[in-house]
Amino acid sequence: MTNETKPPTVVQPSGVERIFSPQGAKIWGIFGLLVAICLYTAFSSDRFLRVGNLENLVHRTALFGILSIGAAFVIITGGIDLSIGSLVCLVGVLLPYLLVKHGWSTPAAVVAVLGLSVVIGVIHGLLITKMRLQPFVVTLCGLLLYRGIARGITGDQSQGFGLGYKSLRAIATSRLPIFGSSADVFHLPATTLILIILAIVAAIFLNKTIFGRYLLAMGNNPEAAKYSGINVDRTTLLAYVICSTLAGLGGMLFVLDINAAQPSDFGSFYELYAIAAAVLGGCSLRGGEGSIIGVVIGAAVMVVLSNAINLVHPKYQNVEFAIIGGVILLGVLADELARRLVASRRETARHTRSK
Amino acid sequence: MSHESLPPLLEVRGISKQFSGVQALDNVSLTLSRGEVLAIVGENGAGKSTLMRILAGVAQPTAGSIIVDGTPVEFTSVAQALKQGISLIHQELNLADNLSVAANIFLGREALRFGTIDQKRIDGESQAYIDAVGLDVPPQTIVGTLPIGKQQLVEIAKALSTNARIIIMDEPTSSLSEHESQKLFDVVRGLRSRGVSVLYISHRLHEIELLADRVVVLRDGKLSGELPHARIERANIVRLMVGRDVSRFYQRTPHAPGDVVATFNDIRTTKFPHRTVSFELRAGEIVGLAGLIGAGRSELLTTLFGVTPAVSGTAAIGDLRQPPRTVREAIAAGIMLAPEDRRRAGLFLPMSVKRNLSLPSLRRDQRRGFLNRAAENRVSAEMIALLRIKSASERQIVRYLSGGNQQKVVLGKWLCLEPNLLLLDEPTRGIDVGSKEEIYKLMDQLAARGVAILFASSELEEVIGLSDRVLVMHEGRLSGELGRAKLGEEAIMQLATGSADLQERIGA
Repeated sequence: MTNETKPPTVVQPSGVERIFSPQGAKIWGIFGLLVAICLYTAFSSDRFLRVGNLENLVHRTALFGILSIGAAFVIITGGIDLSIGSLVCLVGVLLPYLLVKHGWSTPAAVVAVLGLSVVIGVIHGLLITKMRLQPFVVTLCGLLLYRGIARGITGDQSQGFGLGYKSLRAIATSRLPIFGSSADVFHLPATTLILIILAIVAAIFLNKTIFGRYLLAMGNNPEAAKYSGINVDRTTLLAYVICSTLAGLGGMLFVLDINAAQPSDFGSFYELYAIAAAVLGGCSLRGGEGSIIGVVIGAAVMVVLSNAINLVHPKYQNVEFAIIGGVILLGVLADELARRLVASRRETARHTRSK
Repeated sequence: MSHESLPPLLEVRGISKQFSGVQALDNVSLTLSRGEVLAIVGENGAGKSTLMRILAGVAQPTAGSIIVDGTPVEFTSVAQALKQGISLIHQELNLADNLSVAANIFLGREALRFGTIDQKRIDGESQAYIDAVGLDVPPQTIVGTLPIGKQQLVEIAKALSTNARIIIMDEPTSSLSEHESQKLFDVVRGLRSRGVSVLYISHRLHEIELLADRVVVLRDGKLSGELPHARIERANIVRLMVGRDVSRFYQRTPHAPGDVVATFNDIRTTKFPHRTVSFELRAGEIVGLAGLIGAGRSELLTTLFGVTPAVSGTAAIGDLRQPPRTVREAIAAGIMLAPEDRRRAGLFLPMSVKRNLSLPSLRRDQRRGFLNRAAENRVSAEMIALLRIKSASERQIVRYLSGGNQQKVVLGKWLCLEPNLLLLDEPTRGIDVGSKEEIYKLMDQLAARGVAILFASSELEEVIGLSDRVLVMHEGRLSGELGRAKLGEEAIMQLATGSADLQERIGA
């Protein structure tokens, strides 16, 4: 064994190095998991690689990815948002309700539901920063409130657009013929284009702006952030606004796509999918850590896993949750074990040096 | 001595300890006889606490051996050290506040009766140990209701109950009053006469003169010398501690203070809302802020920095006419603070040196909200060079730097914003002697450039050595001010304990 004499260096990676850093390793790990599930499913079912299925996969990844990016911002602050699914539901039923039942104009209804999402995010943020309530409690109450309100407003009746609003629904349903217009080539779902744009904006925001840097620093050590002159309350509030706004946008796209929202179960558990995707994608629930690309891959894992169960083991559909839960647990466990292995190697290296 | 023929009770041979690239202990050897009070002294960061933690089984050495009663031992846990009769009484006490004195003494070793705790027997048996340390409270007393000095005696009673032969006391008087300290010294003498050995760590030299049979001095992790009883004198100890003349250690460039840059009038802090504090600071002045623990020094500094805004008061600094209400207001007025607990409030440990250094200046250097990488690189390179921060690269994670370099990072965060008033809370706590000297030099240079510096420190030598003048706090207010000519430990302590005031009042 060679004996190192240099002092231990643990550096923050930059540029190309980032690919091989612990954070990069996390993303490669989750990407590997995604590839493995895809390969397994492709070999086990000939339906997996069909154009229709692939289009559907990237479409669903886009919808869940939008929610997950929002969840990631809150998780980076060290907080949590449990109300995402209920907000998806509230927006999902309100949009057709306002348009169809109350005859609102399309722009008015869209602005109303997105505005409502922003307001809800502001309220979450104010309760958490000014009233010092715990994020878990605030958003748990949100989870109960928004679904209750959605069911109350609609009398628990399913809401939809019927045969109308085709052009509005096209935002979520259209498939863009970028690889040619023939029916057997891959069409890019419009939602995927929305996700790509949002992900790029989010990644620039997180990594290239001072606000993003403040967010990471604050999630890392809120006390030191305060002592550095960062407006911790405003930064936190913004993260909750981003999360609720993206949840609202997601809710809108979901209902435009499906054309029916049953208030009692629309968007149910989606907050947990979003949080799981963020955690799989490298966000630490302790805060201060996260990458947008990782979160999007995390969302893809959730979607592909669900697809794999449907295609390969349809009879296991009842235990879908258990399988997804198990896979996430294994992923997080593997990550933790890898982290400890690296840490213990570093410790051993240090000991050999001192002898 | 009568035990001459026996091997020493404890022998430490060539202990070294390295962590995070820092050599905390380097080949340290010492012996301890039965019934001996051995004082271990050294500057912060000299390795005292590390040595004690190794002896108590909390940490493991990277090299060297420990011999108890002539038998080599190896501790991998506190329990193993306890078994050999070695007990550590930590600076911060480890007691269960909500349990009784007796329950604490026998915590984890409770006498059982039919599977339930035999409270009567525990109370009865604990009495002997309570008496041994001169604690005059019933065994049923809840520990949380006792003053800190008595809680410490409970810890010692607990150690005795485990048949401790060696009791290690780490800065035992750091939070005790003078009276409580005297009481503790009596207990230590009592332990000695029972044949218990005491390893006594303190940086309060008068205690050591009073108490120690022998003194071992550590410096920069190495044994720098040993003094037999006859030679225990402050001057001798200090020379071994700092390894040079103290007056040269604290070097000040003489210069006349400039104009008044900051005035604070009738400042009330949330901690002491009924007390007011008023003072002014001149450009190029280094002002020490002295006082006992809990006197309100840190609270005053965090208030001046806008962390916990003042309840009331007026100020004149920069464009500010009242004390800052937020940290950003303070920074805008040129007031910046290096906080006492730098790991908790000053640093982002998992982030790089560069990101830590540049954080407060990102706003100034921004390009319409976007990071200005070039400016960020320039700021961090300048500060690393100016402060001579020893790190592998600007991308080194701050967690793995030494305490001195971490403190330099905290200072660098602010220096690139060119402060008018620099507030430093315990600026050299827990850092090695070399870095200390560098920080003293830096403070002197900044003062020479016209920065006003207000620094709180519990180390009187540092306060006396560096300050142009000293403000002394007692229970939330300024109990006095001492010019450089009148500076002395005694004068400061009188004001800090409120005894000078008392005399004035009696005289009036």
